[in-house]
Amino acid sequence: MTTFLMVVVVLPIAAIVWKSTGNGWSGFWDVVSSPQAVAALELTMVVSTLAVLTTAVFGTIIAWVLVRDDFTGKSVVNAIIDLPFALPTIVAGLVIMALYGPRTPIDVTIGSFHFDANVTFTRGAIYVALLFVTLPFVVRTVQPVLIELDEELEDASKSLGATNFATFRRVVLPGILPGILSGVAMAFARAVGEIGAIVLIAGNLPFKTEVASIHLFYRIEQDPEGSAAIAVVLLLISFTVLLGIGALRWLVTRHERG
Amino acid sequence: MGKWSLRVAALGYLTLILVAPLAMMVWRTAEDLDGAWAAISAPDTVAAFKLTLTVTAIAVVVNTVFGIICGLVIVRGNIPGRGFLNAFVDLPLSLSPVIVGFSLIALYGINGWFGWFQRNGYEIIFATPSIVLATIFVTLPFVAREVVPTLREIGTEQEQAAQTLGASGWQTFWRITLPSIRWAVVYGVVLTAARAIGEYGAVALVSGNIVGETQTATLRVEDAYQFAYGNYAPAYGISFVLAATAIVVLVLMILLQPKESRR
Repeated sequence: MTTFLMVVVVLPIAAIVWKSTGNGWSGFWDVVSSPQAVAALELTMVVSTLAVLTTAVFGTIIAWVLVRDDFTGKSVVNAIIDLPFALPTIVAGLVIMALYGPRTPIDVTIGSFHFDANVTFTRGAIYVALLFVTLPFVVRTVQPVLIELDEELEDASKSLGATNFATFRRVVLPGILPGILSGVAMAFARAVGEIGAIVLIAGNLPFKTEVASIHLFYRIEQDPEGSAAIAVVLLLISFTVLLGIGALRWLVTRHERG
Repeated sequence: MGKWSLRVAALGYLTLILVAPLAMMVWRTAEDLDGAWAAISAPDTVAAFKLTLTVTAIAVVVNTVFGIICGLVIVRGNIPGRGFLNAFVDLPLSLSPVIVGFSLIALYGINGWFGWFQRNGYEIIFATPSIVLATIFVTLPFVAREVVPTLREIGTEQEQAAQTLGASGWQTFWRITLPSIRWAVVYGVVLTAARAIGEYGAVALVSGNIVGETQTATLRVEDAYQFAYGNYAPAYGISFVLAATAIVVLVLMILLQPKESRR
């Protein structure tokens, strides 16, 4: 078993790390500090962070509504949350394009004021695509925690005069924070590596809408060693973020371990 | 913030990000049904879907066997490497598909560690084997992740009882263990199949994208879009078939959802 895992997963990763050393340390540094690579990595980090923060906020709200609220059609809403997991990412890109593409129906002109929702070939397209693919992560990690959390505590807090916001911040949030952080970690790893949902709608213009995974994708054939260096940096970023969020999660659940 | 405003925020967000785009995509497909159908029934598209289904079938079989054994080793095993297995089995979930594809090229490409195959006519990269390898890689964790918690939950009492009554290891597995984890396995299989059908990044890098030969369904969508020249009916048509498959997967997921998470 361990051998199978070694051959299928660990060995290929080792091969990349090995390849990245092909041009020596200075070669490695030249590639990852080149303006185009830095721009792509920066864009990836900034847009992923923004998208994951949005997903965290709305994911928490959606999870709360699905657990504490009651309305007709709730089970359908609960079911469609997983759609981004089931939908091929390239199709996700086209789905986004159908509403936020060149022929968007959201198009208003009043006098000199014009607004349309066409985001193709802009950074906004990357943001929207990442919102789509990361949607289920936070909802699905917060939901089970919220179910376990005693609703009576919330009622008690409110009857003692706490505002809704104070109740959320002091009673609900501490309980669900570990869940949110788990979801955020998975969503971030996903966002940083995403390609399928982005590749059709972002335009992939260097320095403007080219994310790291797509920069890597187009570079591999011409420059395997340099690409390996960028891949290693991406791996390091992912692992650092996962470790960081893991540490944060450990801190906020400290009291449970006593 | 009252209940109402939160409900409006949640449903409004879902509409903007998920429901309305999906409805619009169905609408775009319906605008030119003839064009969509022509693209779906084209021989190259049919070949692409056949390839996708073949690769998915192989990945499902391999990863079901791997996932069950892996789960047994992690939960019941007492062998060295168990902690390592537990730590690394989830790794593919946090890797970019591009890195997955790239790592296969680094390993099996002409200049790779195992480049011997590629150099001597046993093509792996830019041929079907690499598509299979990439798909197995990205779908590796799904069955194992479902099996592990279920195995923990059922405990070892029944297995021990069977063994005291003289059942062999195999008999215990087939008659006791497997039946009690079967729904977890099936759920994992559904997730594996969904991801295998939908994989794009890793496959795009290693398959070579040869029309009618190494072009999978998702690559076909990309091709149809890139060479649309203003006619997006083919791209939307093929996407629609994939989206319909995803909806079927979703319904299966709801029907099979492990009981502990069902409300």
